[in-house]
Amino acid sequence: MTKVTMTVNGKTVSGEVKGNTLLTEFLREDLRLTGTHVGCDTSQCGACVVHVNGEAVKSCTMFAAEADGAEVKTVEGMANADGSLSVIQQAFQDYHGLQCGFCTPGMVMSAAALLKDNPKPTEAEVRDYLEGNICRCTGYHNIVRAIMAASGQDVPAVAAE
Amino acid sequence: MPKDHGIGASQKRREDVRFLTGAGNYTDDINVHGQAYVHFLRSDMAHGKINNIDTSAAEGMPGVVRIFTGKDFEGVGGLPCGWQVTDKHGEPMKEPAHPVLAQGKVRHVGDPIAAVVADSLEQARTAAEAIVLDIEELPAVVDMAKALEAGSTKVHDDLADNLCYDWQFGTDTETTDAAFKNAAHVTTLELVNNRLVANPMEPRVAVGDYSRANDEHTLYTTSQNPHVIRLLMGAFVLGIPEHKLRVVAPDVGGGFGTKIFHYAEEAFCTFAAKACNRPVKWTSTRSEAFMSDAHGRDHVTKIELALDKDNNFIGVRTDTMANMGAYLSTFSSSVPTWLHGTLMAGNYKTPAVQVNVKAVFTNTVPVDAYRGAGRPEATFQLERVIDKAARELGVDPVQLRRQNFITSFPYETPVAVAYDTGDYHATMDKMEELMDIPGFAARRAESEKNGKLRGMGINCFIEACGIAPSNLVGQLGARAGLYDAATVRVNATGSISVMVGAHSHGQGHETVFPQVVAEMLGIDESMVDIVHGDTSKIPFGMGTYGSRSLAVCGSAMVRATEKIINKAKKIAGHLLEASDSDIELKDGQFTVAGTDKSVAWGDVTLAAYVPHNYPLEDIEPGLEETAFYDPANFTYPAGAYACEVEVDPDTGKVTIEKFVSADDFGNVVNPMIVEGQVHGGIAQGIGQALLENCAYDENGQLLSASYMDYAMPRADDIPHMASYVVDHSCQTPCTHNPLGVKGCGEAGAIGSPPTVVNAVIDALHSGGHTHVNHIDMPVSPSRVWAAINGQ
Ligand code: FES
Ligand code: FES
Repeated sequence: MTKVTMTVNGKTVSGEVKGNTLLTEFLREDLRLTGTHVGCDTSQCGACVVHVNGEAVKSCTMFAAEADGAEVKTVEGMANADGSLSVIQQAFQDYHGLQCGFCTPGMVMSAAALLKDNPKPTEAEVRDYLEGNICRCTGYHNIVRAIMAASGQDVPAVAAE
Repeated sequence: MPKDHGIGASQKRREDVRFLTGAGNYTDDINVHGQAYVHFLRSDMAHGKINNIDTSAAEGMPGVVRIFTGKDFEGVGGLPCGWQVTDKHGEPMKEPAHPVLAQGKVRHVGDPIAAVVADSLEQARTAAEAIVLDIEELPAVVDMAKALEAGSTKVHDDLADNLCYDWQFGTDTETTDAAFKNAAHVTTLELVNNRLVANPMEPRVAVGDYSRANDEHTLYTTSQNPHVIRLLMGAFVLGIPEHKLRVVAPDVGGGFGTKIFHYAEEAFCTFAAKACNRPVKWTSTRSEAFMSDAHGRDHVTKIELALDKDNNFIGVRTDTMANMGAYLSTFSSSVPTWLHGTLMAGNYKTPAVQVNVKAVFTNTVPVDAYRGAGRPEATFQLERVIDKAARELGVDPVQLRRQNFITSFPYETPVAVAYDTGDYHATMDKMEELMDIPGFAARRAESEKNGKLRGMGINCFIEACGIAPSNLVGQLGARAGLYDAATVRVNATGSISVMVGAHSHGQGHETVFPQVVAEMLGIDESMVDIVHGDTSKIPFGMGTYGSRSLAVCGSAMVRATEKIINKAKKIAGHLLEASDSDIELKDGQFTVAGTDKSVAWGDVTLAAYVPHNYPLEDIEPGLEETAFYDPANFTYPAGAYACEVEVDPDTGKVTIEKFVSADDFGNVVNPMIVEGQVHGGIAQGIGQALLENCAYDENGQLLSASYMDYAMPRADDIPHMASYVVDHSCQTPCTHNPLGVKGCGEAGAIGSPPTVVNAVIDALHSGGHTHVNHIDMPVSPSRVWAAINGQ
């Protein structure tokens, strides 16, 4: 067991972990931050994406010990300080970018990382960036729309009647 | 002006907030104090005789609580099948035992052999490696045709062969043969409906808990229908009466059919929690999911279409082998029969339709319902053979369909169902308009300039949803009723909890159902909450599948709300000193007709619970009503879909350039959610058509057991937004349920696969590859390339 200390969603936390404890397990089981999900065991689905030192990382592929000293952000840390939904989260709701919600934390974290580096992505860039995030429910259409809208680009309104 | 509340409003989903902030409560998020973990040791052989399982070394390993094998389950029942199919000779289907843990033999890769319960998952896994198995490998049977050959290896030694049933349905043979004899043209097509894995993003999880204090079991499980699990597991497997068994399905991360069924792991956790006197948790890995979640589709079909000299359809005859896998999963037997055969008339007035299905056992994972369940298989073969016929006859595929459409309703098909309403020309018109068919030639020319072939495919479909009228399905072999239930509990100050039997795992019931109740009562949606997914809170319910939630459970909710209104009017009449027949309810106010005397919703509800001034001699205090609703018929959503593909003739790669769906779902309560359902279904259909394949080798080894090998559709496999329209403006309301709704959950997955394949064949023909009449799904680059090159 080794002791790890990291900042998670702005709070300093520490815990005892084994060498093979994954960051996902540390977040979910030790910190009980269960918003980060596990959808696969081959690093393919992206349900587990969090930010480590500002970069999107699949937390199922990183050991907790590797995050020692790091700044970690999970979906629980994405809302505005007053608890309201952030721009990206709000766009997911406005454009119906989620159904069962299981892929959603990873999608939100990936979207945030994309928009940080590329504030006005094209639709093709969004789709390309989401290569590592699988959603089985939405067919991606509304996720792409949500991300485009969150970037301030014009997206036809939902369910235009 | 779109509505902003009530029925017809695209209300934003209230459940989104918790999912977007990480506050969802999925089964794997639940840890029960003191829980142990189970790891299942699964067969890596497709078929083998168990000689011995030596757990002695493993039992002494650190953290091990107890190790279970099939022997521990000899005294309990097997996993039941919920649908008894009767074969064409009047014999019941073969129903082999389906033990919780393998007994005597292993029959597919993934079959659970032993279960190790330990303090930690790691300890359970490590101990499982110390179990010594003596299993004698037997030849495996994977291919259905081979499984049916005389002398084939048998999956179940106690059965005569691998045939589960040989079923015939629809028009009798003499009449059908006569149609084909009189035909001016017969088109024949052999095809495969590829085996798929549903792959909800949340893997299955089960947590069993047991209270010695009152002999009560609790199972937390990833289920679409907790009451069905309680019934099946309680009554047939473990012998626990319902009042001692609570099944909770909290937030569930997608289902698509695969979380309908009762699985061994949930029975195990429930059983082991008592046996170990400790909560027991199982979380599936994705690799485990591939070999233990029921698979979908897997039909091999020959279909023939007979046309007269005027191109009228006069006969359809179809012959299918349907893979059941190694055991009968909960609804497996109904999928190729009652959910498939009954749809073989499609949208067409073909007078003779005969369906033949042989269900076959093989050494593969059990196959059961997956989004659409039988209806995609019916649509695919029918719409593919119609397209081939149009090509052979040199007629326009749209016109050929149109001339054969059913146009008057109700319509009795030759395959047992009666369509209540529809307008297939309307959806076809809509599709044609949105598709810009006149512009196709120019788009094709543009593609050709870039060295690509462009094709357009169209497709019509009908489905039977709102499952199901109990009386009819009972005659067809269902062992359960398929009604649903709702309780509307009005609280003293007027807020409402609606307990519904339908389960929401992406469909947005928490938003949509209150829209209906609020509209009926004229109150704000925020006063209404839905409670679902817990057998201890809800009267009863058959769950969510078959696009049934609003059509069946929603109808129960409407009925219960009507009872509430009736009672509330009596109370209001008393308060207003008027006859209840004179009371009108509008915008949350009860008014005496023709007067300005009124009393508000909240005053009436308060009076019900504080009955100081109350008609106690006529009615009881309180305001809570339950209704059970059994539908009079299925609902029949239908639609017309079209897409354009580009094929790269050098690589065989297919891309979807344009996609249009025109659906008739009847009335729509929340258009935004309906469109989302269609998007999701279409993506799964595109996945089936172009990408997904659950593959076995001839020894029964599962080749596609992870996302490295099983190609899930990703964001860039779906057409861009400018060339993608889902429309549901054609609405012929269902005639027999109170909301006039038909269901929208499966349409996309049913309508899209033939659309895509029809487009690919069209593209290849445009490039002169006229020898290619069919390519089996998934239409992968290698298959297209091989077809182009005659290989
Ligand atoms: S759980 Fe990390 S990529 Fe799937
Ligand atoms: S919303 Fe269910 S997997 Fe994306």
